[in-house]
Amino acid sequence: MVSSAEKITQPLLQIRHLQKFFPITAGFFRKTVGHVRAVDDVSFDVYEGETLGLVGESGCGKTTTSRCVLRAVDPTAGEILFKRKNGEMIDLTKLTRDELQPLRAEIQMIFQDPFGSLNPRMTIFDNVGEPLLVSGMTNRRDRMDRVAELLKLVGLRPEFMHRFPHAFSGGQRQRIGIARALSTDPRLVVADEPVSALDVSVQAQVLNLLLELRARLNLTFLFVAHDLSVVRHISDRVAVMYVGQIVELAPTKLLYGRPRHPYTSALMQAVPVPDPRISFGEATLKGEVPSPANPPSGCYFHPRCSFATDRCKSERPELREVVPGHHVRCHFADELTLATAFSH
Amino acid sequence: MTHPLLAVRDLHVTFGLDEGTVKAVDGVSFDVLPGQVVGIVGESGCGKSVTMRSILQLVDEPGRIKSGEILFQSRQQDGSAGPIIDLAKLDRRGQKMRAIRGAEIGLIPQEPMAAFSPVHTVGDQIIEAIQLHARQWRGDGNTLSRADARSIVVDLFRDVGISMPEQRVDSYSWQLSGGLRQRAMIAMALSCKPRLLIADEPTTAIDVTTQAQVLALLRDLQRKYGMAIIFITHDLGVIAQMANQVVVMYLGRVVEQGPVDAIFHAPKHPYTRALLRSIPSIAGETQTALPTISGTLPHPFNRPSGCPYHPRCDERNSPLCSQQVPDLYPLANGQSASCFLHVGQGDQV
Repeated sequence: MVSSAEKITQPLLQIRHLQKFFPITAGFFRKTVGHVRAVDDVSFDVYEGETLGLVGESGCGKTTTSRCVLRAVDPTAGEILFKRKNGEMIDLTKLTRDELQPLRAEIQMIFQDPFGSLNPRMTIFDNVGEPLLVSGMTNRRDRMDRVAELLKLVGLRPEFMHRFPHAFSGGQRQRIGIARALSTDPRLVVADEPVSALDVSVQAQVLNLLLELRARLNLTFLFVAHDLSVVRHISDRVAVMYVGQIVELAPTKLLYGRPRHPYTSALMQAVPVPDPRISFGEATLKGEVPSPANPPSGCYFHPRCSFATDRCKSERPELREVVPGHHVRCHFADELTLATAFSH
Repeated sequence: MTHPLLAVRDLHVTFGLDEGTVKAVDGVSFDVLPGQVVGIVGESGCGKSVTMRSILQLVDEPGRIKSGEILFQSRQQDGSAGPIIDLAKLDRRGQKMRAIRGAEIGLIPQEPMAAFSPVHTVGDQIIEAIQLHARQWRGDGNTLSRADARSIVVDLFRDVGISMPEQRVDSYSWQLSGGLRQRAMIAMALSCKPRLLIADEPTTAIDVTTQAQVLALLRDLQRKYGMAIIFITHDLGVIAQMANQVVVMYLGRVVEQGPVDAIFHAPKHPYTRALLRSIPSIAGETQTALPTISGTLPHPFNRPSGCPYHPRCDERNSPLCSQQVPDLYPLANGQSASCFLHVGQGDQV
């Protein structure tokens, strides 16, 4: 099954063999003694109008990947191809700071922490209007009109623009953060854990808002999160990351209906189901996530995998397409029948 | 009927601030039976953490317990039931409270990184607690030697699944991973054989696969030691999998309580129902609008009159809702709900 977005549209973003290594330094002269392989050969496409979910546990590299797209961190190697409005594909990694400037309006970000991401000394008007000012809307009257329009769009009253962030609750601040991200009419929005700091009932409101805005404005989302249920709810396709690599990438229904990587399956079974009648199995995954500074040989997951063989210890699997649209980094993806969230 | 180990009765905790008084806990009552796992669930600001801190007399200034009782069934030297102590009346810095805190009632805090001192080894910190509460390990009231306390810690580390316990005793908290640190914290909470363990969001700061391991560990230890646990979380999935009894809180009040199956399959309070509907399910329809709770949480200085939930309630049906605070009405199956929908139903005592 191929998602509808994939059939008719072209990729808006193509990531090819992206790598980001952080040096580990030691000693007085800060000599480099090793590297943290935060993002280790990641490739994927994001099609226009789709939401790609990026899930994984802390330290798996999902946030670093998303920050590379924004060039908030500079990748070590690889290509990040972005389709401009005129259809031209441009490699973001090759651009200088000045050349990047006009693209900033097209790629925007929604942050995790609604308390840290708004400047407490600036009014909502200044917070939301700043990207507009930076991208050349110098007339204050125009900016006011645009901010009022944006606040209405995210379900806040335009009068609020003269207040300061402290007057708002977490959910309202997240709406303000969304308004700011949308101020420059971006085509790609990178959302890094946009609902994980929110309470359940507020989380539902913000997810609904994102779904509604996506439909109305034809936005494309790269949605980074650790909550599998949230990612399933909002994404068209989902990529699962483990120790800096994508281990599985598939349309949402395929991934959750039939996971083909043992890690994806273990991750799903670890989620406590909000129903006391579905009993929670014993913890299926033993041990801990290996350090990205010193990953295991062969398949990075083999020390924790219950299906691992000698081949897994020595030979590193490639991400390959097992069935159309379903990519898995496992030697035995065709043979294994793995448990989903419900089979425990 | 079993005697409750802990009975909280009409507890009120207020914070006197310059701008006014915040009623953080406003008339909370619930029981914890020996060996029971009670889950307390609610969104930020509902008073769940303040309630738990009151039990340990750890509410920080300017907060104070204004009224109410926290009745704890104490234990004699020989293990038989002692007198019932009202923890709310004890001096928070007094000898009696200090003998209970840590020894009879253990705490697993939310953030294990902040809970351990970074300049002492985790072993030293647990040894200190064991030596302080030596009575829990020795019936005769004598002190415990450091070597004995250390061997207890090594055994505890093995119990909570820390590999190489002899070496890990001498590590600092920052040398341990998140999962190991939380296990060391659990070992510390268990170190004095408490009969009641308070776990305040013990898995919120850790990843889902580690969370599964920690939850399984807590369940095993609960069976092994037979202690009661008060489990505080905002994660309804964790509550469903861990608790026998559930208490749902909203704006400092208990809105509903009952056995876990009843709370999830026959919730009686409109807030509980709305909360359960708003979680995205791992099996439900995707990309559709989730049912939400209308409005936002009121500001603590601006509590609604009557039922605290009435301005957001979609089942509001009586003018009473905005005028009078509903009691917690007992219903069938040991469930009770604080809502006028249930007046006169169920088996009123």
